[in-house]
Amino acid sequence: MLSRKASCDSHGQDSSYFLGWQEYEKNPYDQVKNPNGIIQMGLAENQLSFDRIESWLASNPDALELKRNRESVFRELALFQDYNGFPAFKNEMVEFMANMRGNKVKFDPSKLVLTAGSTSANETLMFCLADPGEAFLLPIPYYPGFDRDLKWRTGVEIVPIKCTSENGYKITESALQEAYQQAQKFNLKVKGVLVTNPSNPLGTTMTRLELNHLIDFAMEKEIHIISDEIYSGTVFNSPSFISIAEALTERNLEDDEVWNRCHIVYSLSKDLGLPGFRVGMIYSNNQTVVSAATKMSSFGLVSSQTQYTLSQMLKDKKFTANYMKENQRRLKRRKEMLVCGLKGAGIRCLESNAGLFCWVDMRHLLRSNTFEAEKELWKKVVCEFGLNISPGSSCHCSEPGWFRMCFANMSEETLMVAMQRVKALVDSTIVHQQTGLSKSRWLKSKWVFQLASYEREPDR
Amino acid sequence: MGFTLSNQQQLLSKMATGNGHGENSPYFDGWKAYDSDPFHVTKNPNGVIQMGLAENEMCFDLIQEWVLNNPEASICTAAGVNEFKDIAIFQDYHGLPEFRNAVANFMGRVRGNRVTFDADRIVMSGGATGAHETIAFCLADPGDAFLVPVPYYPGFDRDLGWRTGVQLIPVACDSSNNFKVTRAALEAAYEKAQKANIRVKGLLITNPSNPLGTVLDRDTLRSLVTFINEKKIHLVCDEIYAATVFSQPSFISIAEIIEEDIECNRNLIHIVYSLSKDMGFPGFRVGIVYSYNDDVVNCARKMSSFGLVSTQTQHLIASMLSDNEFVERFIAQSAKRLKARHMRFTMELAQVGTSCLKSNGGLFVWMDLRRLLKEQTFEAEMVLWHTIIHEVKLNVSPGSSFHCPEPGWFRVCFANMDDKTMEIALSRIRNFVAQYKEPIAPRKNNRYWQSNLRLSFQSRRMDDIMMSPCMMSPHSPIPQSPLVRAT
Repeated sequence: MLSRKASCDSHGQDSSYFLGWQEYEKNPYDQVKNPNGIIQMGLAENQLSFDRIESWLASNPDALELKRNRESVFRELALFQDYNGFPAFKNEMVEFMANMRGNKVKFDPSKLVLTAGSTSANETLMFCLADPGEAFLLPIPYYPGFDRDLKWRTGVEIVPIKCTSENGYKITESALQEAYQQAQKFNLKVKGVLVTNPSNPLGTTMTRLELNHLIDFAMEKEIHIISDEIYSGTVFNSPSFISIAEALTERNLEDDEVWNRCHIVYSLSKDLGLPGFRVGMIYSNNQTVVSAATKMSSFGLVSSQTQYTLSQMLKDKKFTANYMKENQRRLKRRKEMLVCGLKGAGIRCLESNAGLFCWVDMRHLLRSNTFEAEKELWKKVVCEFGLNISPGSSCHCSEPGWFRMCFANMSEETLMVAMQRVKALVDSTIVHQQTGLSKSRWLKSKWVFQLASYEREPDR
Repeated sequence: MGFTLSNQQQLLSKMATGNGHGENSPYFDGWKAYDSDPFHVTKNPNGVIQMGLAENEMCFDLIQEWVLNNPEASICTAAGVNEFKDIAIFQDYHGLPEFRNAVANFMGRVRGNRVTFDADRIVMSGGATGAHETIAFCLADPGDAFLVPVPYYPGFDRDLGWRTGVQLIPVACDSSNNFKVTRAALEAAYEKAQKANIRVKGLLITNPSNPLGTVLDRDTLRSLVTFINEKKIHLVCDEIYAATVFSQPSFISIAEIIEEDIECNRNLIHIVYSLSKDMGFPGFRVGIVYSYNDDVVNCARKMSSFGLVSTQTQHLIASMLSDNEFVERFIAQSAKRLKARHMRFTMELAQVGTSCLKSNGGLFVWMDLRRLLKEQTFEAEMVLWHTIIHEVKLNVSPGSSFHCPEPGWFRVCFANMDDKTMEIALSRIRNFVAQYKEPIAPRKNNRYWQSNLRLSFQSRRMDDIMMSPCMMSPHSPIPQSPLVRAT
């Protein structure tokens, strides 16, 4: 009756990553109304700096009430459906992106394609770069949503590049080659590599060495590089962020063929904390890709109303510069709170300098070094201790026991409560390990649920 | 550093290097002419008037007044900024509940409250463009087909087929019975598909019709429902022009038909809607998939991640469309103004012996210029069309771009301009028709045939433009369904 795509589950929403949300939805934490509810730490959202945006809006009412020089532009915007995008908005965007890269690279608005969020940008790039059955290599662990965004309707395959905690998950030359050979074994034609830099879920930025390995590899194999840089504005510590654009320019590769095979994905969902507005984009040096992607953007354009509002906001350079600086400062502080709280419970994190989350090492809390044990621990954390965190297996991590914990989508008080619960979890695990009890009865309270299936919007 | 075409073809997907987007057809001369010489009442009074764009600009004054009086509907005003944060972070693909409720409410009112819509079945999409693609992804596999009555909106080839691999099979309709969709034509199209081993997954209808501007009568709708139930195929009803119906016979939605005494598996019924035509908001990208099939709702909702409506826009629309007094006033005024515009247009054309298909909806007329063709061929239609663009300076849409089987029909939009511009357009048509009492013959060394067809668009509307590969030359690289050639 329906298509294969509709009847299968390659949308990936039955994974544990999303099941945690179901539990959260049923019993969401609220400081006052539901203090025993589940705290959402599985949602990579940036809610730390809205006050800044709100105060800017309050002091710039005319500009944003869909007015320009006191004349209403409502009609003009309501009719504007040109898939080339609102010129003023694209001009501001490329400047914003360049600023974020320390102005070490310059971007051309005619190479920018606007899409409905980076979800759409990533899918569109797949449609443009690969035929069904072809493959892209992705370093693991990676964002669970990629299974849907890159594979579902496109028919493209993902082949993992193995990265492990042994070397801080750095992408090595041998890992790249191994992944390529693995694809060949399965008769999959590799069309490119997709990296997320800064990384989700790791929160780390790629080193110059890694980027050079990647570029060398792409040159050797004559394949594409997609660099998903949606967290580029969340870098709060050194080492500083190096965009793929910068790495290529540094090596004077503008005239090399690889230049035409590099594409950047960006979005305002993380850096500016505006996921609801659905502002994504593709930046490509390849004219054919820009042309095809622009046509495809018809299936998911950015609302003209939103393009206009944001163009006004980004035009205020002083505001955006201050915002980014303050935002990074708050992220850094918040991350340090989380790291400190976890440390107090004897839990370490991967050293990170970006992102809205930490990659947390809970391997020592596993009953055994298996994914079954990881799932068991995860269920305990969600159901008994009321924390929705994301298990590493949902991010295709090769080693059990790692979890992603988000810190930028809650108040400080909530984060403190979360840390207390983590401490309680660790204490109970120690008690469990010491006494060999199969369940810690005194902790088994009203947080125990049945996991049932329910749909939820997959967020990052 | 140049890239050869074959380099690109190896490097990129077939989709990216092919012509499935449909935009390389030679019919873009009209747009090119308009873009290079756009009419302006004072700055360029001799420019080309855009009559190829089905947009609704008739009631912006009402909307602007509402926006001014309701500052809280915008999250950027002092009155609305307290909601900014919640709206900006809301990315749930179910959409804001108030948005869905407001849209369901609006859809019901547009249908005279004869039916109600369930807000939980409202699924967002990137405009009707996104809605159609999503429906195709949900209902059909690559290689499957949808039946579509001709003439139809050129964008369907891209929307339903480009990235999905689905094909469109025309259902023959012609002027002998005012382009009605007959049971016989449906059966014939279905049979042809069967013979060619093509699996038909559904029937797509646009009601009110683009480009005809007509509505389907009750008997026809009922016969369509019977047909799809017998064949066990889906029925997708594009109702994006529902509120543009300005006179009798009134618009009957498929939603009403299935509530009547008729045998129908509701799992086969789906509606595509949008605010681009009825409200005149194409820029806001508000598309809706409304399905009576729970699995389709669920799947389409997951797919809506690829084209959600900006929450800023959801918030504005929620506010606007739940103001019942405003909605009722808008619907009534819009119909009234469209009716007046339509009447003026058709009457003026009739006075110079030019008829249009009798219609009572849409933002355009289906103009009959067959008598001006030297011969009843599509080549002659092209000649006439080039004349209209370059000499009369009107960008209208030739019927062949809508897969119309008879040459000589043109879609002429009238709702995307003010009264003054419309009068100028009418006078140009009057003069033209008066001049050309004889059919228009192709010229020797016709420069139009030699015009450079390679275009680069700096800024273009992507909606409602000629993108049909249907009437391509035999040398066209665009793959066609074997059934298209056969009709």
